[in-house]
Amino acid sequence: MLKKKTAEDIIVDLVVYISLIFVGIVTLYPFLNVLAISFNDALDTVRGGIYIWPRKWTLKNYEIIVSNPQIYNAALVSVARTVLGTVLGIICTMFVAYPLSRKDFVLRRPFSAIMVLTMYFGAGLIPTYLLYRSLGLLNTFWVYIVPALLGMFNVVVVRSYIESLPSSLIESAKIDGASEFRILWQIIFPLTLPAIATIALFIGVGHWNSWFDVYIFNSQRPDLSTLQYELQKILASVSMQVGRNPDYQMGAMAETQQVTPNSVRASMTIVATAPIIMVYPFLQRYFVKGLTLGSVKGE
Amino acid sequence: MDAVYYTESKKTFWQKVKEQKELVLMIFPFVLYVILFHYIPLWWWVIAFKEYRPFQGVWGSEWVGLQQFKDLFSDSGFWLAMRNTLVISFLKLITSFAAAITLALMLNEVKNMLFKRTIQTISYLPHFVSWVVAASIVISVLSPESGILNQILMSLKIIKQPIVWMGEGHYFWWILALSNVWKETGWNAIVYLAAMTSIDPELYDAASVDGCGRLQKIRYVTLPGIAPTISMLLILNVGWLLNAGFEQVLLLRNPLVQDYSQILDTYVLDYGITMYRYSYATAAGMFKSVVSIFLVLLANKIAAKLNASTVV
Repeated sequence: MLKKKTAEDIIVDLVVYISLIFVGIVTLYPFLNVLAISFNDALDTVRGGIYIWPRKWTLKNYEIIVSNPQIYNAALVSVARTVLGTVLGIICTMFVAYPLSRKDFVLRRPFSAIMVLTMYFGAGLIPTYLLYRSLGLLNTFWVYIVPALLGMFNVVVVRSYIESLPSSLIESAKIDGASEFRILWQIIFPLTLPAIATIALFIGVGHWNSWFDVYIFNSQRPDLSTLQYELQKILASVSMQVGRNPDYQMGAMAETQQVTPNSVRASMTIVATAPIIMVYPFLQRYFVKGLTLGSVKGE
Repeated sequence: MDAVYYTESKKTFWQKVKEQKELVLMIFPFVLYVILFHYIPLWWWVIAFKEYRPFQGVWGSEWVGLQQFKDLFSDSGFWLAMRNTLVISFLKLITSFAAAITLALMLNEVKNMLFKRTIQTISYLPHFVSWVVAASIVISVLSPESGILNQILMSLKIIKQPIVWMGEGHYFWWILALSNVWKETGWNAIVYLAAMTSIDPELYDAASVDGCGRLQKIRYVTLPGIAPTISMLLILNVGWLLNAGFEQVLLLRNPLVQDYSQILDTYVLDYGITMYRYSYATAAGMFKSVVSIFLVLLANKIAAKLNASTVV
């Protein structure tokens, strides 16, 4: 049935489209601005007026980062923890989600209560710190990996996804004499891939973005620093100078170095964001589906 | 199959455990893991009642009863942190709800799928960058000299002098709230959009027959349709009231806005990790945890009641 657009329709459409374009610009623009600053000559940036295109092109800001062995090392640590943390995280999540998804599992209720309760409380920073200290996790690479092996939210997502699969799959595999481990990895795992892709994105992004664990537990070990923590250090030095007119000060300092903390911060921000921007388009169409599938199928 | 099921149900608990030993084997290490990493730390709450000195160990340290809590509650800095926590999380709660619902309502009105998807894809993006990156962007945008916001306001002749946005306490609260809106609105809108897709299309047709325009349909069909989701999320968020956003505040705070940026989490951090006052900081953290648990239980209870009443 075709209807003529009323005046109200046109006004609503106009308001909605213009507002949404505005939202899009406001969301995206800061990234583009930082990108432009990162490619612009540092001394020139101090004059202001850089919008989405660099005025004086240079790679100087990135050269500073690439030539800094500390930051190079931090990038390696970031990649290592992200890859290892994601792979181990997926395996551990599967090992917990599968038994909890089985309605006939005798220990389902007590175990899922123990697990799910942890979503609602935390002992706090100091007890956590003291635990890690007594486990010998402080100042090691493992403090990034071990405490983050299991995220309860991820377990819940995968569990409800497995529950939505037909249970006859498991039944028939059991009749064929497959062990539970075999059922998990050869039947459930391939069928759960959409949900796994979703939590892989969450776990991976969590590891890549994490800086607080570095700051609290590994700040004595520069060799275990990550990209986000290096950016945080630059940020902290800028924050301390707020109100003392940072740009001028940095301008004075820049005379000799040809870079300013502002410009290095911009390029560092881009480096710390780039991997996410790169995988995002490939994964983003999955995560909404993966997230909602479990719940939608329940209806 | 029925017969098998029947005999199975007659088995004792331990027989069943034995039969499912593979499943038990699979999950058991992780049950221990969760106990170790989430329940054992609660044991350290005991130092809130002691004067913990690392060299004397937890048991060797002296009991001081409720002294740490007395010190805590008589410290004006603690109450300042409490005020800031509540104000900041309240401000963030209101702005993030309003923004997410508005965005979802607008996206729902878009019929052009390509446009809708493009805006959605852009709007999720900030959710996936770290707060370090977001803070860096916020500082860059608000910078007094080269920051884009001051430049725009100045070229529009709204202000004559650049404003030091990060240097004023009241601005700082709004910077937290609005940067949170920038980062999370697209993501938060997902749940409302999902709720909107489950609204019966016949309701819209019926509204059309009754002569409702677009705005009236939003008012009388869409909003009531997502009202249960809104109230549920609002209630559940009450449980998070003492979490004002640790990372965000930690990254954006600076000495000029100290009196407005100190929240309970940063208070614990400053006293515990930076000044080594473990017992005092644990008392503060314990207070926060206990109140939070209470709020979560309360929220869940209200949510359950509300859910029951809407279902029936």
